[in-house]
Amino acid sequence: MVPKKKPDIQQMVQKLLTGDRRSAARLITLVENEVDEHHDIMRLVYPHTGHALIIGITGAGGAGKSSLTDHLIGKFREKDKKVGAVVVDPSSPFSGGAFLGDRIRLQNHSQDEGVYIRSLASRGNLGGLSRATYDVIRILEAMGMEVIFVETLGAGQDEIDIVQIASTCLLVLTPGMGDDIQAMKAGIMEIADIIVLNKADLDGATTCLRHLEAVLSVAQESQTSWKPRIVPTVSVASKAENLRGIDELVQTIGEHQNYLRSSREIDQAKFVRIEHELGLIFKDELQKIIFKGLRGTGKKKKYIRSIMDRKNDPYSVVDEVLNTYLFSGK
Amino acid sequence: MKKKIKVLMTKVGLDGHDRGAKVVASLLKAAGMEVVYLGMYQTPAGIVKAAIDEDVDVIGLSYLSGEHLVFTPKIVSEMKANGLDDVLLIAGGTFPVEDIPKMEAMGIDKIFRAGSLMPTIVSYIEENVKKH
Repeated sequence: MVPKKKPDIQQMVQKLLTGDRRSAARLITLVENEVDEHHDIMRLVYPHTGHALIIGITGAGGAGKSSLTDHLIGKFREKDKKVGAVVVDPSSPFSGGAFLGDRIRLQNHSQDEGVYIRSLASRGNLGGLSRATYDVIRILEAMGMEVIFVETLGAGQDEIDIVQIASTCLLVLTPGMGDDIQAMKAGIMEIADIIVLNKADLDGATTCLRHLEAVLSVAQESQTSWKPRIVPTVSVASKAENLRGIDELVQTIGEHQNYLRSSREIDQAKFVRIEHELGLIFKDELQKIIFKGLRGTGKKKKYIRSIMDRKNDPYSVVDEVLNTYLFSGK
Repeated sequence: MKKKIKVLMTKVGLDGHDRGAKVVASLLKAAGMEVVYLGMYQTPAGIVKAAIDEDVDVIGLSYLSGEHLVFTPKIVSEMKANGLDDVLLIAGGTFPVEDIPKMEAMGIDKIFRAGSLMPTIVSYIEENVKKH
């Protein structure tokens, strides 16, 4: 491999701000790879962010998230909005590789310059997104994208990082995935602003819709006064006239956005999100610093060995390291 | 640094045989690469746009219907027009032996005919990616 010279971050960000795709693509890779310049890139990008409408789409694998996203992109393109999409699929826990298959469903816009789609592998992150997703969204915002869809990997019950990122969250369900008991559980069911019952042309759709309505009607008054809406859709059909519910879904997204603007929740939500993100960054960076420091002294190996041999335990090691290096005042 | 090799795996034109592309994509995943699978019926312009957006290191083309001499020049010229000179272009499938030098002259970096072994493909990619 030929060693590559250091990237010129300043110049790339300048080009990004004019909407240059290749700069955006390159910067996303650098951020994803957590290169040394990662923080510098985000420092330059951050002032140009914060204005886009960010829509989260989550749900189980095969529920129709990507095909719905494809239609939604089309609807926002009709309104002449520039649209970005970040789609996440899982990384292999064994090889670290990934099969990123969302783009195959996002083909209506394959030659539209007003659409930028990026596939990300989760790279071991557990919340349904990749760790880089926050920064990738910001790069797309700085590039000039006005609406950004963030699609999680196939999520089950508790992959809820999306709620920290998107201002409107869609949960895509399909008929036949369980009864009302499943819908009453905590976690992903609670984060949806809009529940999309996709494949609503399948058997069992009416029963499923009734279950969902019943569950939502008895759900505890949440912290907010927005009541999650249910929108039945059909996102794949052999004839376009058999597609259903896409316009209603766009309209419901608009209603949720209006609600957010008219309530005071948006500021509170932003505060909580930034607090959460700061926590994540502190955690990542502190871990890096501590491991790097220990590696230099050869103590990391010793600590791990001592825990393996049951001569020590992880909590004592962490307390000892923190007390020695961070709180010692040295 | 957590650099991964990123590959765009696709087919161009009306060739409807996608088993080969899927097998190779799965094996590249198993070799630790991130594979964006774009599937069948793509256009040269669409492939290159996806390669730009995804910032891939490699474009992998699967040809099984004898269209390789028609589409290869179109893809290569689209790549050149967009400055993708740092992306490795490889092709796999069934080709007459005499077409291989022609395809190489058109700008394909490496051709793997049916029967190629996976370790050969993986190590070729690992040793030849241009972006690192």
